[in-house]
Amino acid sequence: MSAPPSPTAQGAARLPTQSAAALPRLLAGISEHGAMSLEEHLALHGAPPARRRQARRRDGDGDGAASLIEEIAQAGLLGRGGAAFPTATKMRAVAGARGRAIVVANGAEGEPGSVKDHTLLELLPHLVIDGAVLAAEAVDADEVIIAACEYAGGSVDGVALAIEECALSSTGSRNAPPVRLVIVPGHYVAGQESALVNYLGGGPAKPTFTPPLPFESGLRRRPTLVNNVETLAHVALIARHGAPWFRRLGTPSQPGSALVTLSGPVAHPGVYEIEQGASLSSLIEAGGGLTTRLRGALLGGYAGTWIGPERLAGVALSDEHLAAHGATLGAGVVLLLSEEACPVAETARLARWLAEQSTRQCGPCLHGLDALADALAELAAGAGGSRPTQRIERLASLTARRSACGHPDGAINALLSALEAFPAEFADHARHGPCEGCARAAELPLPHRPVSGETLRRRGLRA
Amino acid sequence: MSKHVRVNPIACEAHGMCAELLPERITLDEWGYPLVDGAPLEGAQVEHAMRAAQACPTFALLIERDRKRSRRSAA
Repeated sequence: MSAPPSPTAQGAARLPTQSAAALPRLLAGISEHGAMSLEEHLALHGAPPARRRQARRRDGDGDGAASLIEEIAQAGLLGRGGAAFPTATKMRAVAGARGRAIVVANGAEGEPGSVKDHTLLELLPHLVIDGAVLAAEAVDADEVIIAACEYAGGSVDGVALAIEECALSSTGSRNAPPVRLVIVPGHYVAGQESALVNYLGGGPAKPTFTPPLPFESGLRRRPTLVNNVETLAHVALIARHGAPWFRRLGTPSQPGSALVTLSGPVAHPGVYEIEQGASLSSLIEAGGGLTTRLRGALLGGYAGTWIGPERLAGVALSDEHLAAHGATLGAGVVLLLSEEACPVAETARLARWLAEQSTRQCGPCLHGLDALADALAELAAGAGGSRPTQRIERLASLTARRSACGHPDGAINALLSALEAFPAEFADHARHGPCEGCARAAELPLPHRPVSGETLRRRGLRA
Repeated sequence: MSKHVRVNPIACEAHGMCAELLPERITLDEWGYPLVDGAPLEGAQVEHAMRAAQACPTFALLIERDRKRSRRSAA
């Protein structure tokens, strides 16, 4: 297996744009040698403005919480968990829903190609906690939960220590809602919003049938704001510096910077902060350059989109540009595949892994992904019959959009995009069976992560 | 107010009663799970749909009012 993305940040990608000097933002002051302390965090970023506002509020001054949502709306911040939903819209819905709200910072990050959220929680936990507390004040929540993944020990320790530091510190606001850490299962779907809320409420980490969505009736039936931890880190900085500052980087429809996990044949795989819209080649350059030629790239994550070698050169990392390739940046995943790797074998293994990550609740997902994995394995072995890709496409359309969550749809997107990006390779395997590259070890990481958090139950760590 | 049928895919256990009682809107896939046409129900179909929903052993067939005019999702 090639080097998986290292869970240490490599610092910000310095990109050749006029505003490059403005990076890093989130990753400013990051050290590989340990978490930033509360003192260091406050020295670098200043005190969060909500606390200053609360001081003013005692004098009867206006509504700073509502204005934070307004500021986030003007900043145009989009959710960084993969769906790119407007953060302010979600916050307004929670603020307007009946009942006292709860804020959940989602650091489950079950995506094997991503370590950006684990990196934030491990090394910059105060930035996330800050953003979560500010969001809680903005939606009038009285409880903050930071969800960290069972397989990311560093995140768990980082958050636990940071919460202790806040409790001991005299600078913290007495009015701030209590923050607690919950360790959540690490399988692929565990971070899906309804699955996470289900788990936090004492159920299995499996998606639920919607509506209601968490923002109207979530944890303990209260309105629940579930935001990705990177999203909340951006909230912490937007609250301090404002919307115009945020928009100084990025594109009009996707403003700001973004964390990207770069892995594959580059000198320094890891987490990079880029300006949205930066070129793929500048990211690779920031990662120390390629160590071998590329066969293709999987963008967005395991529910993402493959891009073949001939189209890689001009790729820019913004959704408006990637739309032409049918891709998105998703949760900021850039997985590069080396030239020696076989995309058919990688896709067949990925299909099996995605099928295994089904929570087995919905028939079409359970049976459809299983049948797709079988069909891809047979194609890769040259035993798929006369028209194997037609069979795969038929199974895909039979399976899509029939389940409670988006897992099968994302899986199908990734699998079909592989057929499109590597047509010659698939045709060759269908006719002649395995190639030389098929025998190579898998390049895409496929970690063993049993569905439903059995490991947590065994360790007695269940929520 | 027009109505349509929708399946709760988590509750559904592929008993197949719905396809027997509402063949106008529901067929079964190769694993026995319903393929639903979510277009608005017309005339007597509303009654057939209610019968199908009541007959479902896991109460997985839902009859919903159209929230949006152009709701055509194949649940």
